[in-house]
Amino acid sequence: MSPALAPPAFTEPRLLHPGAWWLWALGLATAAARTTNPLLLLLIAAVAAVVVVERRVPGPWSRSYTAFLKFGLVIIAIRVVLEVLIGATDVGLELFTFPRIPLPDWMAGVQLGGPVTLDGVLFAVFDGLRIAVMLACFGAANSLVNPSRLLRIIPAALYEAGVAVVVCMTVAPILISDAGRIREARRLRGRTTGGPRAWGQMAIPLFGGALDRSVSLAASMDSRGYGRTAGIPAGQRFVNSSLVVVGLVGVVIGLYGLLDGSTPGVAGVVVLGWPMLLLGAVLAVAGSTLAGRRVSRTRYRPDPWAAPEWVVSVCGLVPAAVFIALGSDPALIGPSSPPGWPQVPPAALVAVLVGALPAVLSPPLPGTDAGPHPDRRREEVAV
Amino acid sequence: MIEFQTVDLTYDGSRRPQLHGVDLTIPEGELALVVGPTGSGKSTFLNLINGLAPHFTGGTLAGRVLVAGRSTADHPPREMADLVGVVRQDPQTGFVTDIVEDELAYTMESLAVAPAVMRRRVEETLDLLGIAPLRDRPLRSLSGGERQRVAIGSVLTAHPRVLVLDEPTSALDPQAAEEVLAAVQRLVHDLGLTVVLSEHRLERVVQYADSVITLDDAGRVERDPVPARAMVSAPVRPPVVELGLFAQWRPLPLSIRDARRAAAELRQTLTEQTPAAPHAETAFPPSPAGPVVSGAAPAAVLDRVRVVRGGRTVLRNLDLAVHPGEIVALMGRNGAGKTTLLNLLAGTARPDGGRVVVGDRDPAGLKGAELVASVGFVPQEPGLLLWAESVAAECAGADRDTGRPPGTALGILAGLQPGVDPGTHPGDLSEGTRLALVLAVMLTGDPGLLLLDEPTRGLDYHAKSRLGDTLRTRAAGGQAIVVATHDVELVAELCTRVVMLGDADVVVDADARTAATSSPVFAPQVAKVLSPLPLLTVAEVRQAAADIAEARGALQ
Repeated sequence: MSPALAPPAFTEPRLLHPGAWWLWALGLATAAARTTNPLLLLLIAAVAAVVVVERRVPGPWSRSYTAFLKFGLVIIAIRVVLEVLIGATDVGLELFTFPRIPLPDWMAGVQLGGPVTLDGVLFAVFDGLRIAVMLACFGAANSLVNPSRLLRIIPAALYEAGVAVVVCMTVAPILISDAGRIREARRLRGRTTGGPRAWGQMAIPLFGGALDRSVSLAASMDSRGYGRTAGIPAGQRFVNSSLVVVGLVGVVIGLYGLLDGSTPGVAGVVVLGWPMLLLGAVLAVAGSTLAGRRVSRTRYRPDPWAAPEWVVSVCGLVPAAVFIALGSDPALIGPSSPPGWPQVPPAALVAVLVGALPAVLSPPLPGTDAGPHPDRRREEVAV
Repeated sequence: MIEFQTVDLTYDGSRRPQLHGVDLTIPEGELALVVGPTGSGKSTFLNLINGLAPHFTGGTLAGRVLVAGRSTADHPPREMADLVGVVRQDPQTGFVTDIVEDELAYTMESLAVAPAVMRRRVEETLDLLGIAPLRDRPLRSLSGGERQRVAIGSVLTAHPRVLVLDEPTSALDPQAAEEVLAAVQRLVHDLGLTVVLSEHRLERVVQYADSVITLDDAGRVERDPVPARAMVSAPVRPPVVELGLFAQWRPLPLSIRDARRAAAELRQTLTEQTPAAPHAETAFPPSPAGPVVSGAAPAAVLDRVRVVRGGRTVLRNLDLAVHPGEIVALMGRNGAGKTTLLNLLAGTARPDGGRVVVGDRDPAGLKGAELVASVGFVPQEPGLLLWAESVAAECAGADRDTGRPPGTALGILAGLQPGVDPGTHPGDLSEGTRLALVLAVMLTGDPGLLLLDEPTRGLDYHAKSRLGDTLRTRAAGGQAIVVATHDVELVAELCTRVVMLGDADVVVDADARTAATSSPVFAPQVAKVLSPLPLLTVAEVRQAAADIAEARGALQ
């Protein structure tokens, strides 16, 4: 769809609803969780990268994708090292052999050392790659949405918890810069700036300062109307918050069930997947609605959920749905034993590519029509 | 609008009330200025208006405080939020969100204002305070003046009827202070808002005040609806008022304009004695602190120093030499690189090009006893340098660090500020006393170079003049002193030389008297009133008048 023909909702620069990007990222992550096929996994990471490059928001968070990717590489490395040391795969091409270290009887089943096979290493690489790509998907979500905006969509019933998170996020960088200044101050008084003794002495002004700041912030929030209960009885508030919390826990368990294809069922019925997800969502929405019925606060410029939000989230959910539908298709499993070139099912390929559509279909970022964003050029170099 | 009915406020564990028998009324639409020496309870008084005292700060309230008929005794601060907007001393610590626009909406969100109304009020407030270009900016990236205006905006959106401002311009450069005060003026005149504000820098605000509320050390609070009358007996007075009192002008002028109109006669008298007034440097000492010790090797040298931070040039090929006995005022707007320059001299920052020499060493390579013997640095927040449990322990630590005999630091402190209880926790000291303590700690090593970053924020006139005396004595003893400051009155009182930074360069480097009399930016109030006479302080005027009287007496 060329920009000229697209409806204005898609071309008018604005920030997308944070939930849309997170649904999209969760969809990609779910797809990644369902496969160890290295081609598909790399494709998913590439799709996420394309969207991040096109639509990331300026600011320190925009580098999350790269950071998470690097973290993913570390995980692959750890996974391979573990496989080499305590892997139990004895079949296939033997690369080299470590002397086997005898372990006590109670650790039966674990073997330290022994032959290292190509099959085992490949299996570890594919498995690690799966986790790395899932991480990259979450990194992408963080690059696309400033986490503080994500807090704007948390349910009203969890408002207090949200404020605590906001305060932590603002205090952390201040604490770090304070620590630097206190170090300088110690040097100015001619004292050492290293060693446990110095750190112990530095902790006093550091936390004293943080405490003063917190008190000052609390005073400011109090005098600006924070914590007005607007006549909702405490019992009712407790019920509302509990519903939301229980619901969100349900959603998380349901997601876990979806991500892990091998979750156990009760009496043949898979309870951890869709049923748990739906139940959790219903509870959370019910709690939020109850809390919202008696408004104690309002929200300034809530993010709209319009056509582009639907498109972006569906683009992410398509790969998830297709991968779940493919189920136990052997092509989704990375060929490690015996090693071979991975096959790519056309349906899976198309599904993952659908995930890249938001790079062009989502509204452009505000402030980008006058050339590249000032932050972007610099960060291209940094990345 | 605001009614105090025989109010006493006693903090827990204190024997006598912080404020005693407060009985006054502030009518609607008034700009009331709260004045008093440091530690007299100005913040406490302001906190009483929306109930932060005692609901938040603790303590016992006797009597009643009513705002538009609502008593703070049964309404906690959050229930007063729609009536009273409070901006506290350091607005940065009171910000809840991270973007300007969200911050403006925060109070309204808490008060459950309808979304459409919120939208409208945010736009109105952005325009009213002239901060529309900042709407998407992160709060941490704002300058001091912008931050203060955003903080005011963030409480204004709730449409309060009273605005309480605690030291709104103390930390600001003159330009930013102007912006904030202009905005406050507009609120009073266009919206009929009742504003109660406290300020140490009286010279900036006293002419705008409709009434003055005076606090003294005994906890008494008086309101006088005639500011000029209140100023006669006020415990702290700006220079223009001191000059008016000295010259016995009636009515007492509070603004430069009024004072200048009253000063014609005084100018005449003083000019007769010094006919070559515009070139009168010869008739007066070249600088208030006496001649510079020349010929000696410079105490500190910056040699083609370049500093780049985050792609921005902060200092560009800067050359500067500071000699022993000099007191250099480092001026320039917020963010001009004053603090960076001090950090270079203290060795806490390294230049990206060029050379920094203090004594004959690179300060960045110094540490321990060597450092404290070469450079003393009093940073903007002196509290960071204090971490002992008591004043005595802090001083003992300083003696150990510098290898001086026990009692040295405590002795210096007693000289700076007599009567400090050595058992006090440094955190409980008043702003002025804490500064004196840090200064004493820094002077213990008797460094050849003393650096001070904005030492006068939060200091009243008495504390300021005590600081001035100390520094003058030190400079006379051969110490080189660099003070980064916005305070032209301090510069006039104290400094021998003015260095002004602008856009990474040195814009002005001149003798303090020349700088102060040649440009209205640096001119203290007395110089503005008496221009073109090169007199900077009331003390100088007094001296000049006495000289004239003596000369006349000799003639007769």
